[in-house]
Formats: sequence, structure tokens, C-alpha cells
Amino acid sequence: MSAAAEAAAPAVNMSVVRWIGFKTIVIREFGRITRIWGQTIVPSVVTAVLYFAIFGSLIGRRVGVMGGFDYKQYIAPGLIMMSVITNSYGNVVASFFGAKFGKHVEELLVSPLPNWLIVGGYAVGGVVRGLLVGAAVTIVSLVFTHLRVEHPLLVIVALLLTSVTFALAGFLNALYAKNFDQVNWIPAFVLTPLTYFGGVFYSISLLPEWARQLSYMNPILYMVNAFRFGFLGVSDVHVGGAFALMAAAAVVLFSVCVALMNRGAGIRD
Amino acid sequence: MNALSVRGLTKTYRNGVQALRGVDLDVEQGDFFALLGPNGAGKTTLIGIITSLVNKTAGVARVFEHDVDTQLEAAKACIGVVPQEFNFNMFETPYTIVVNQAGFYGIARPVARERAEKYLKQLQLWDKRSGISRGLSGGMKRRLMIARALMHEPRLLILDEPTAGVDIEIRRSMWDFLREINARGTTIILTTHYLEEAETLCRNIAIINGGRIVERDRMSSLLRRLNVETFLFNVRDSLKAAPELEGYVTNLVDDHTLEVEVSKEESLNEIFARLSSAGIVVTSMRNKVNRLEEIFMRLVEGGAARAAAKDSARALAGGGR
Repeated sequence: MSAAAEAAAPAVNMSVVRWIGFKTIVIREFGRITRIWGQTIVPSVVTAVLYFAIFGSLIGRRVGVMGGFDYKQYIAPGLIMMSVITNSYGNVVASFFGAKFGKHVEELLVSPLPNWLIVGGYAVGGVVRGLLVGAAVTIVSLVFTHLRVEHPLLVIVALLLTSVTFALAGFLNALYAKNFDQVNWIPAFVLTPLTYFGGVFYSISLLPEWARQLSYMNPILYMVNAFRFGFLGVSDVHVGGAFALMAAAAVVLFSVCVALMNRGAGIRD
Repeated sequence: MNALSVRGLTKTYRNGVQALRGVDLDVEQGDFFALLGPNGAGKTTLIGIITSLVNKTAGVARVFEHDVDTQLEAAKACIGVVPQEFNFNMFETPYTIVVNQAGFYGIARPVARERAEKYLKQLQLWDKRSGISRGLSGGMKRRLMIARALMHEPRLLILDEPTAGVDIEIRRSMWDFLREINARGTTIILTTHYLEEAETLCRNIAIINGGRIVERDRMSSLLRRLNVETFLFNVRDSLKAAPELEGYVTNLVDDHTLEVEVSKEESLNEIFARLSSAGIVVTSMRNKVNRLEEIFMRLVEGGAARAAAKDSARALAGGGR
């Protein structure tokens, strides 16, 4: 800072500005989630009830045992994770694209908050919704089945890493999206197929060799299995590798989002 | 100290449009400054670069000596901006919008609540604080954006057409409010298409046209430069033709309205004397256009003509190669 600027400027502690700014973004996101709870919380809970009722109770009875567990017990961690993934992603993509579309993203862009903090604030907003919906789906699961937790810490870490990763992926989608169609393309044509083929409803040990090898290329497989390992202690993949992959994905996505924001991609002329 | 200082600012958009062509501009701390120009002149691009909503192509911009390239956060902390277009979340309440905005500038929640009450009351929005913002009238939305921009009590307030679509009564109360803010030390940069507004409020002025600053002066000095003013005289008795008044250009607008161009060296008494001797009774008179508007049109039209001449000169030079 130049001497003249330093002499005239009132003392501003940028760390305090950042902390309050960050909290404000998260509070605003939380406010949005609770304000439109019928759109943000309820649909995933209804979907989970249907999955448990149809796949778990009706079809599941005929499936019998999967991975050494009752089928409903086996799919419960996957269903929780599926709701976390879709909601973390959906929250950020809808909220940030909505802010771009309505131009109120400019409130943040003209503020002194750095881009990494804006990305972080939105990501935490996505995590908050992911965790809220995840908790609601867990309660639904407990109605239908018994959930035992083998490694509670791993459950929490897997939940957070997955949620952060998909919140950031949602941010990336929102940055590039130019219309509402582009907001829906990735969830409909990428996220949903990857989630369904990511071992939510089955163990990949049931698949033929070529399909199993193909499944290993699906990042969601690692997330679902790391989470399931935390609950049931069984996994189709190497758990350490799964956690490393999730952490790496979160770091890479965060860096990409911040770099794009700094360049002004999708937000500045 | 300058609140704003820009040097050699250029902006070329991806589609090739050159919005700014080397703008140099200083705005002193405490000033009430008018930045005028026709549509597409580059005003909003200039404001966009200062507030970091637009990436510049080249040049330097400093806000209270903070370089927007190297000290962006400090620069942005000094600025409050009221954009041309509504850019708040229409589904949030005015109270939430202003309190959150304070948070983005690091204002603690209790202070933000106090300021929200203060500014929403001053801008006559307190009664509307809990309703959805989408339901506000156009004038209320504009005032909400002003309240929002003031929440962190910025040292530089940039207003991009803040009174567009606002009725006269509210506009005048907004003028009083802005004068008060300026008197308390806030530097204000105003862009507006209401030239009366700029003339009434601003002490200094810059006119931008075709991405260049074509004029920069004190408002009073600029207005003094106006050589000829056009007056409209309403006359009591119907006229069939414009009277011949030696030394004046006259034109009959309609049978009861006479237009006369008066140069700055001539007195209005002389005109009245001539009209009286011609048997014309004047019932009222007014300027045809606002004085600033007259200068503005000349500068802008003159600038356009000069740019066209330059372009054809360039084309000719290119053709000779």
C-alpha cells in the first residue's frame, strides 16, 4: 500500500472482514435452504422412502443377502451418499447460477472478499444442505433397517469429502452454465448415471470382469464404498485409495474453481 | 488525494468492440462528480473496471491510491456501487439484502442491523423491510440499491443512473440525501441521463464519448463556456410568422411560441425591447433545453464528427498504401 493510502485509509482488519464475509455467505445459503425447504430437503427424503419401500422391502426380500448383509442394510449407506451427492451439487449449482442469472452475484464480486473465500462459502453452503438431507435420509433408513456404524470417523470424513467435492463440482457447472438447460445437463446425463452405476444398489463383485474394470473408472464408486466401509466394514475398493482420491478431487476442484473465478470465467466480461 | 485516478484505461470486448480507448481521469476526494456520455459511450464499462466487474485490457486504475491490480481488496473496500440494473435477489427481503451486504464488507451483525434501520428509514423503505423485494416499485428498488451501497459507509460512492424511472418528488428527495452524504465527506461519482440532475448536484464533470474523455472541467466553468442559448418565449397574441429581429436568429415553433438564439454577449433586456417594439407581448419564457444539455450535445456531436473525420482520414491513408 502506498504511504498516502496508508495515511488516509481507516484501519481495516482483512482477516475479520473475511471471516464475517464467509459467515455471511454461509448464513445466506442456509437461509435459502430453509426458506425453500420444500425444494431442498423434502424431495430427497421422499425419494429415499420410495427406494427403501420398493428396492429395499419389496424387491430386496428376493435379493436376500448382499456383501454379507441384509439388502436394505447394504443399500442404506449408498442411498444416504446418493442424497448427499445430489444435494451438495444441486445446492451450489442452483444457488450460484441463480445469483449469476439474477445478477446478485455482483453483490459478492464488488465486495472485498477474495475469490477463494467466495468459492469456499458456496461450497460450505452445499455441504450444509448435503449434511441436512443426509441426516434426514439416515433417519428414514433407521425406520426401514438397522444401521450399524463400524468406523464413525471414516463415515464423517467420507461424508465431508464427498460433499465438498460435489459442491465444488456444482460450482464449476454454475460458472460455465449460460442457461438453465446447462444447469440440468450434468446432473441428468453425468451425475445420475455415475451414481446408479457407482455401487449404490449392488456390489461390483456381481459384475462381469469388463463391467467391473469399467466401474473402477467411476469416482462415485470410491465414495460410496468408502462410506459403506465406515458403516458396515465392507468395500469393493481399496479404502485408503478411495479417501486419497476424494481428497485429491476436492483440492483439484477447489483450485480450478478459484483459478476460473480469478480469470473471471463465466462471471466477468 | 484523488478518490479515483485512471490512466490509459482501455477495454476491448471479445466481440471486438472497443469500449474504452485510453481514458485518463482524476476525481478528487470529497467531490461530487458527474460522468456523462451518450448510451454506449463507455461509462458503465469504466465503472465496471473500477468495481472489478469488467476485466480491463490495459491501463491503471487506483481508488484512494489502492491499485486495483495489486490491492484489489483494499480498493473494493472503499467503494459502494449502485448499478444501472437491479442486481439484488428479488426473493429476499430488503432487510436481509442490506444486512447481508454489510456482512460481505466485514461489518458485524449488530452494527449491520443498526445501519440497516438507519439507511432503510432514511430512504423511506423501513416499512417495506420484511416483504419480498420483487414487490417493490421501481423507485423503491433504486432506493434499496442505494441503501445497500451505503451499508459499509464507503468513501467513494458510484451511482450509475440512480434516479432512472423515479418520480420527481422522490428524485428530489434523493438529491437532498445524496448532497447530505457528500457533505459528510463521501466522494460521489454520478452518471445520469438527467442533465439537470448533474448540473444541480455536481461540482466537476467529465464527458465521455466513443470511449474517450472529450471534456473534463468544473461544472461552472463548463457552463460559462456556453456561447449561445436558445430561449422559448410564450407570446400573448397569435403570430403568423417569426419577426425579423436584427442580429438574432428567430424561429416560430407554433403561433404562440417563439424561439430565439441569444449569444452570451447580448443582454436579454435588448431582446425584450426589440420584441416590445415589434408589438409582441411576452407572457413567459424558458430555456429551450437545459444549459448543460446544450453543451453536452455540442461536445458529443462534435466528438462524433471528429471521430468520423479521423476514420475517413485513416481509410484514405490505408487506401494509398
